[in-house]
Amino acid sequence: MRHIQYLTGYTSEGVGTDVEEYMNAGGYVGLQRALALRPREVVEMVTDAELRGRGGAGFATGKKWSTVRTDSEVYLVCNADEGEPGTFKDRFLMERAPYLILEGMAIAAFAVGAHKGYIYIRSEYPRIISELQTAIDTARSTGVLGQDILESGFDFDVGLMPGGGSYVVGDETALLNSLMGNRGYPTLKPPYPTDRGLWDKPTVINNVETLACVPLIFSEGPEWFRSIGAPQSPGPKLYCLSGHVHTPGVYEFPMGVEVRELIEAAGGVDGRFKAVQIGGTAGPVYDEAALDHKLDFASMKSVGGSLGSGAVVVMNTSVNMGHVLEVIMRFFSEESCGQCFACRYGTRQLEHMANEIATGTGREEFLGLMRETAEVMYHSSLCPFGQSIDLALTTLLDNFSDELRAHIGQQDYIREVMA
Amino acid sequence: MITLLMNDTPITVEDGTSVLDAAKQAGVDIPTLCHHQDLEPRGSCGMCMVDIEGQAGYKRACVTEARDGMHVRTNTAALRTMRRRLLELVLATHPEDCLACIKHGKCELQNLAEKLEVRELRYEKTTRGLPVDRSSMSIVRDMNKCIGCGRCVEVCNDVQSVGSIFFQGRGSETVVAPADEFEMGSSPCVNCGQCVVYCPVGALYEREDIDAAWSAIDDPARTVVAQMAPAVRVALGEEFGLEPGSLVTGKVYAALRELGVDVVLDTNFSADLTIMEEGTEFLERLEHGGPFPLITSCSPGWIKFAETYYDDLLDNVSSCKSPQQMLGAVIKSYYADEKGIDQSHLTSLSVMPCTAKKFEAGRPGMASSGRQDVDIVLTTREVARMMRQAGINFDELSETDPDELLSAYSGAATIFGSTGGVMEAALRSAYELKTGERLEHVELAPVRGTEGVREATIDVAGTPIRVAVAHGLENARTVLDEVRAAKRRGETPYHFIEIMACAGGCVGGGGQPLENSMERRRQRAAGLYAEDSGAPIRRSHENPEVLALYEHFLGQPGSARAHALLHTEYRRRNPYAPQGFEAPRGRPPRGPAGRGRAQTFGAPGARANP
Repeated sequence: MRHIQYLTGYTSEGVGTDVEEYMNAGGYVGLQRALALRPREVVEMVTDAELRGRGGAGFATGKKWSTVRTDSEVYLVCNADEGEPGTFKDRFLMERAPYLILEGMAIAAFAVGAHKGYIYIRSEYPRIISELQTAIDTARSTGVLGQDILESGFDFDVGLMPGGGSYVVGDETALLNSLMGNRGYPTLKPPYPTDRGLWDKPTVINNVETLACVPLIFSEGPEWFRSIGAPQSPGPKLYCLSGHVHTPGVYEFPMGVEVRELIEAAGGVDGRFKAVQIGGTAGPVYDEAALDHKLDFASMKSVGGSLGSGAVVVMNTSVNMGHVLEVIMRFFSEESCGQCFACRYGTRQLEHMANEIATGTGREEFLGLMRETAEVMYHSSLCPFGQSIDLALTTLLDNFSDELRAHIGQQDYIREVMA
Repeated sequence: MITLLMNDTPITVEDGTSVLDAAKQAGVDIPTLCHHQDLEPRGSCGMCMVDIEGQAGYKRACVTEARDGMHVRTNTAALRTMRRRLLELVLATHPEDCLACIKHGKCELQNLAEKLEVRELRYEKTTRGLPVDRSSMSIVRDMNKCIGCGRCVEVCNDVQSVGSIFFQGRGSETVVAPADEFEMGSSPCVNCGQCVVYCPVGALYEREDIDAAWSAIDDPARTVVAQMAPAVRVALGEEFGLEPGSLVTGKVYAALRELGVDVVLDTNFSADLTIMEEGTEFLERLEHGGPFPLITSCSPGWIKFAETYYDDLLDNVSSCKSPQQMLGAVIKSYYADEKGIDQSHLTSLSVMPCTAKKFEAGRPGMASSGRQDVDIVLTTREVARMMRQAGINFDELSETDPDELLSAYSGAATIFGSTGGVMEAALRSAYELKTGERLEHVELAPVRGTEGVREATIDVAGTPIRVAVAHGLENARTVLDEVRAAKRRGETPYHFIEIMACAGGCVGGGGQPLENSMERRRQRAAGLYAEDSGAPIRRSHENPEVLALYEHFLGQPGSARAHALLHTEYRRRNPYAPQGFEAPRGRPPRGPAGRGRAQTFGAPGARANP
């Protein structure tokens, strides 16, 4: 499969960050075309393109837009709270192609009837926040944002909201709570945000990359979009390669690229391949069997995994899987919001047991108890955070069982190795 | 109506019923930890997981709506395992000092552990080692025991709209605390104690004054004079296994004497006295054309709320002290003189359904007798504990009468304990004193009930008197915002408003027995209304002891002496200043220097000191 440059095509020096250059490179053609249609037709085209959300869950974007309650004011929110470890694609887009995102937001807003949008951005991106604000101001003065966009009579404006530093706020309902100034707790669905979201008004929340794909559907057509990549989840995709590869970074490929190809594109493994974690910290951890996995929503689901954000973290043979276990569990323990009992207490216990295993003081029964704990969390947590730890944990325990088992009762040995 | 299968038994329930409630109606008890029937289902504990045929995974019964044709299983092997494991996780972080815990035997976590049969504790035991917050005059906050159910947060913010406590921190570090981790004593907390009666465990509880009470009782040189509030007599029985609403007035008098109290009086007496003073205040305002509305002042939680959030309406709040403080002032002046008790050897002790009364007793202006008018305030729960300590067999006690002089009461006084009661009592007297006619029907149905806000217009001598009754501070806000908006337009929507901080009125107070629900509050109120309907005297202005007090001591209602002893004043309050600390408004102090500066009113010695 070939390395492509549809999303990243706008990101070369100056093109994406200067509104005129962006327009010269074909920017805002999509918006122009979308505004000539009826909103319903815009939704239909996105549905036709089979665009699926790039945030992690892979929900069909057209379907989300079509379920928006229309008897009320509607809000659009761009989820730029990119907190997933090993994920930096949204940052890449926001740094280098802010107008592509703003254009996508304007089309989405037009489709769902929103006149006010927010970009909820993680506060750990301070430079991007100010650059994005400049881009919003420029877009407004250029007539592609604000009142009477491109003289179409359509009004849409965007506000920036820096987040409070919580990972869980990546969840739609938690994000909305945070945006409204409340504690970033996820809430039960239904009601879905498209029915009752921001200030109880119907709200569409899309990921940065999802919105960046939208203009392409209108400038190039839904058939073109569908022709790229995997049949059930088409389109271009940004993959984040990190860990033990020679040239870590963002790589754009058609959906469904194989892990092996991605690693090669990133200059190959630095050292000998041992493991790879896909989709983020809650994603599955695989051994070399994963090299043949195709990275799209349907294919990953069929192997019991998940594409998640498109993060690919490569580990070589220098990596101790006990340490990996500990790092992942510590992350969960530090990021649990604390609302659900099982997640609040479970993550803490998992961190403790993982730490004991990693330092050689773990007991044989910890391996089973960890699985049990993750299972209770899976069944009794409200949001995907508490539910997802099960996948990361079980794949790690299944695929690296011998190595982790070997940690049990090896305190002296491990102390020697760690020293 | 819809029909579903609950563990293979068909049941029919109303549309919109949750699976949890449907199960309850079918007699199936699904375990819960965070759920409370009075509050919004949160779904955070996950304990109520059920298996619904055809649906993946498990669903939380509290937040899942029952549907026609649904097949729910509540008792599968997998569910039992899952619940037990979940509880095991909770127990791993919970302190094991159950035997020394104030909620022992009444703890929902303990009850569930007993029921679910957790016999193995495989997780690492972690306790948090957090300091216990004792800065409040009324409420102790021990976050080591908190299970994070969030009931208190909902009650404080949504039911009471006080906004004192919130979740802070995250994950296993989550605590419930005032903003910026201020202490309770320097927060907007109004001491209502609703968080306490909804807390399933021992994380929030009343500040106990039992030791102070025993010391006063045990001191042979001291004369301990007790008073009991209206709502206590229909709730204390619950502590000894009686039905909610059982009227146990005579038994409580007897029990107090068994404890060693020297003189037993009744706050109901001063409820009648309050009507005389407040009724006079109302009639005076009626004469002078306002200012209206006049708002009742019996509920100390409401008073602090008003001082914090509605200081622009403080002129509308009646200057009358609450019945507790009126009686305290009269006990230490008139009663001490009449009985020849040296004031310095007299301890004034009250038994209240309320945690805010502990705070009220220490307010400035509550020493009109020359010393603190009420020395010790015990809640219904505390006095029950003392009775158990003393080995009193409550059931077998014979009813006795109170001591004379300040204990006779009318039916109007006893209904003070329920929402709408003060209004009804006031209207009975105001009507008759104003018109000179006798009310044919003293029971005023429009102000009764448990609607959050009730309104009525009563014709008094040709003047339509518009009244409102609100209970629960969120409901109070509804009325007060209306008053505030009207005031800006130079209008007034009401003449007279009754506000009680707690839902249901004092029967639902923060000091009442812990098996708490709106249903129980209604039952307790019914007990009070029953006592009223059977009372020989049903009008405050016909209470012979009250009339005698005016004749021998106070003169007329509203006299200078009555004002000196029975009235008080209110001040604007900074929500984040330590209690009683009259700091200017503005940003609260930050950082460690600003924390933990809990101060009691005025100076040391203002505290309960028998």
